[in-house]
Amino acid sequence: MTTTPPPVFEEVDAPHAATGLRGVIGRRRADRRSDDRGDRGIVSGFDRKKGGVRLGMGGVHLFLFVGLVVAGLGPLLWLAKSAVTPTQDTLRQPLALWPNGIDWANIPQAWNDVHIDQYFWNTIVIAGGSWFFQLLIATTAGYALSVLRPKYGPILNGAILATMFIPAVVLLVPLYLTIVNPPLLGDVSLLNNYLAVWLPAAANAFNILLVKRFFDALPREVFEAAKTDGAGPFRLFWSVVLPMSKPILGVVSVFAIIAAWKDFLWPMLVLPDPAVQPLSVRLPAVQQSIELDVFLAALAISTLIPVVMFLLFQGVFLRSAGLGGAVKG
Amino acid sequence: MTLTAKPPAAPPAGGDDVPPAASAPPRRRRGIRTWVRGGGLSTLAFLAPMLIVFTVFSWSPIVQSMVMSLQETNLLDPPTWVGLDNFAHVLNDPLLGTAVVNTLYFALLALLFGFPLPILVAVLMSEVRRAKGFYSALAYLPVVVPPVVAVLLWKVFYDASPTGLFNTILSWVGIPPQPWLQSSATAMPSLVLEATWAAAGGAIIIYLAALLSVPPELYDAAEVDGATIWQKVWNVTLPQLRGILFIMLILQVIATAQVFLEPYLFTGGGPNNATVTILLLIYRYAFQNSLGGDYGEATALSVMLAIVLALLSWLYFKLTERWSTS
Repeated sequence: MTTTPPPVFEEVDAPHAATGLRGVIGRRRADRRSDDRGDRGIVSGFDRKKGGVRLGMGGVHLFLFVGLVVAGLGPLLWLAKSAVTPTQDTLRQPLALWPNGIDWANIPQAWNDVHIDQYFWNTIVIAGGSWFFQLLIATTAGYALSVLRPKYGPILNGAILATMFIPAVVLLVPLYLTIVNPPLLGDVSLLNNYLAVWLPAAANAFNILLVKRFFDALPREVFEAAKTDGAGPFRLFWSVVLPMSKPILGVVSVFAIIAAWKDFLWPMLVLPDPAVQPLSVRLPAVQQSIELDVFLAALAISTLIPVVMFLLFQGVFLRSAGLGGAVKG
Repeated sequence: MTLTAKPPAAPPAGGDDVPPAASAPPRRRRGIRTWVRGGGLSTLAFLAPMLIVFTVFSWSPIVQSMVMSLQETNLLDPPTWVGLDNFAHVLNDPLLGTAVVNTLYFALLALLFGFPLPILVAVLMSEVRRAKGFYSALAYLPVVVPPVVAVLLWKVFYDASPTGLFNTILSWVGIPPQPWLQSSATAMPSLVLEATWAAAGGAIIIYLAALLSVPPELYDAAEVDGATIWQKVWNVTLPQLRGILFIMLILQVIATAQVFLEPYLFTGGGPNNATVTILLLIYRYAFQNSLGGDYGEATALSVMLAIVLALLSWLYFKLTERWSTS
């Protein structure tokens, strides 16, 4: 149950996605190309030689550097510091650097006593399952609609597209009741079952559209060649289409994992049992019962994986973000 | 926002060196395969996961929400038809007006705080020659922080005591401590400040990509006409960004109309209902009702909100379609 805004269509064309999202390896090449054209921005080379402009550009650098370090990095550094600071210091002198020493015990305390380890694992299971089901649905449906092209394809396409106009809030209550009382399963309830998070997340029209557009732009001759070589639709899917689609699979993966890691309201509703809840749901709940320093340590641990993932796969993240801000949801 | 275009490299399919004639299958097998291809059995197999998941978790809940808004539903008794009663109840709820005003206030403040700043930062970032990647990473970092963690962390920052983090910083410049989340006057701006911090990075990255697609010749031409830097920004850059600016505006309005996390975790709607938003009201109807969930009223309000938002989405869709073809 993620609120994915409809995509910006000009940006999801597969050829763009392919180069834009090639990932970390391709990044350097793309950067060089943008630098070549970056010789020509608003400020011309001639402007840059003028004293006033040069001073101004220095000011811009200073503004960006200070502003972005304070706003972007500052809160995270403060969190890292406070995770190992005793509560009283954080409350009395929030900006002092360890006036009364470092309290390393916060971290093992949060990890073991607050059971962050378990919630951490729950979050990973939720993200992993969401990733698997989103990828499964997006690739199989995208393949069927783009490559196999049944006669009824346009109708399905329209029905999938239409769901993007319906804001997620409409689904909240009926979807919840579907989980409480799923069709065809009798008295079984999906509450506290991870399928209740995974499957609704997989009903994501944006993913299918993204993948379908990418498949649409793959060269048809390759498919024909594979078919004449005797490849059936399953073999064509697995051995030809999927290996050619790594860039878009990377994008969908980033979207899926990030969205699952961020989601709060939906897991809170369908996973009422604390033992199966993810970090996002547990953190507000444990806040009342533990000390501030341990709580901040728990927050720091929860932030670590997304931030490390971002630092490792910066290229994929930033190019995915350029794809229409779908990560914002 | 056109990224540098280049068609995806096509790795050769396995064994395409073999001439097609040599690998032509015997007639009988081809017959079966034609049937499968023609009958579309395998196509259906590929579509099956999507069909099941979309039917159960997307299409049928959408239809159900329309139906449920006209019904009295609880989990025990069979639902009964009540016509437009749910809508009447919701429209007569004295909190609805408050929630609508609060949501509009949130949206307005979010536009004031969060719309111009990313444009400014993106324009500046596009002009610096060094450390561009470093700046992008820094700007995007808050977006990576899980939203729940961000809200809970800012809640600590908003500590209203004189030694709270923000109040300490204010005291350096001689401003007295602020009540932040604890007064109905400052609560909503505090929520918006955090929401802006959390979302600005995404917008900056999108504008940066859009700025790359401004044709450099336009700047050359403006210089021939003797334009200064400011004139170039005002008369070339911003008009060229017009399309994406409008798209981002609509997206932001759609997102802010559904704000839930910030009011729920920061204030729970208080103080004095100053931060009750429409989504919080829906949540209260359905899940925080001492009399059991009032699903009918919750869906009635969702449907009303959805109609407004669907119109906005439709507008957005039409605009992106037009701009992407032109």
